[in-house]
Amino acid sequence: MADTAEAETSELAYGPTDWDDHHHLPTNTGLTNEKVTMWAFLGSDCLLFGALISTYLLCRNRVGPATKGPTAADLFDIPFTSVSSFVLLMSSLTMVLAVTSIQRAEMERCKLWLLTTAALGSIFIAGQVYEFTGFYREGLGFTTNISSSAFFTLTGFHGVHVSLGIVMLVTMWVLVTRGNLGPERAETIEIIGLYWHFVDIVWIVIFAVVYLIP
Amino acid sequence: MNTATVSEDEGHQEHSEHGLSDFGYIKIAVILAILTAAEVATYFFDFGVVEIPSLLILMVVKFQIVVSYFMHLKFDSKVFSYLFVTGLVLAMLVFAAMGTSMAFWQNPSGCDASAFC
Repeated sequence: MADTAEAETSELAYGPTDWDDHHHLPTNTGLTNEKVTMWAFLGSDCLLFGALISTYLLCRNRVGPATKGPTAADLFDIPFTSVSSFVLLMSSLTMVLAVTSIQRAEMERCKLWLLTTAALGSIFIAGQVYEFTGFYREGLGFTTNISSSAFFTLTGFHGVHVSLGIVMLVTMWVLVTRGNLGPERAETIEIIGLYWHFVDIVWIVIFAVVYLIP
Repeated sequence: MNTATVSEDEGHQEHSEHGLSDFGYIKIAVILAILTAAEVATYFFDFGVVEIPSLLILMVVKFQIVVSYFMHLKFDSKVFSYLFVTGLVLAMLVFAAMGTSMAFWQNPSGCDASAFC
């Protein structure tokens, strides 16, 4: 009886820690609330990026009545951006390998893949900073014209998402290293992975629609 | 049904619920890399009228692969698919609404966005 009460108290304090996908969870949906919440957030984030991409497409060739300067499309370095895109795409592979590693309780491998994913994300961000710096030197700033504002807002928001993802990955690495996150809570890494894959698919759309389509 | 059969059935169920093996994910990544190379090829070579449709198709295929396999939507509960697809559909409606409003506000000077021109 005392054990049961202790288990209930523990579950209330820390949440269910020993559930896996094979068991029905004590929620209305039978799914963990954290994962449902992440998917709901990703669905809402689609709206944010949908609006930003729409705005860019509508403004991409406009410089406005009283402003001048090049558009972002005039300055794109497609080979460079292609490499950045490839790096981000491969970070999705390392992320999913981190998830499968922790599910198999291979903690050292999980830590390695988490760090690799964070490193690949950092390379992508470094590339974006380099690209933005080049644009600025060519005379394309955030307020240069309508087209540039739309471009920097869209890609900047994506960059912020990637940066937040890197912070989350490093946090996960610290938690795993300290032993605060084990295989019984593999879903935490999976949820961070969902976010990471989402920033990847957003870039898949941005790369095709913004950079490659003339 | 004996214990061994139950265990085997659970093993198959586990595979279908959890997705692919590591090697399977690597194969998916190779396919994505090839599709990306095909996208980039459109920049270096002239594909004429099929360039934009092929870029859009490649984009959708890559999107679908990442969402299905890396994000496990193919193997996970349909509830997650509904949540995500709802967001996607709403995003497309936002794009359609913006595009329609811009066309509606088109002015005779040839600029199709009177608010900006």
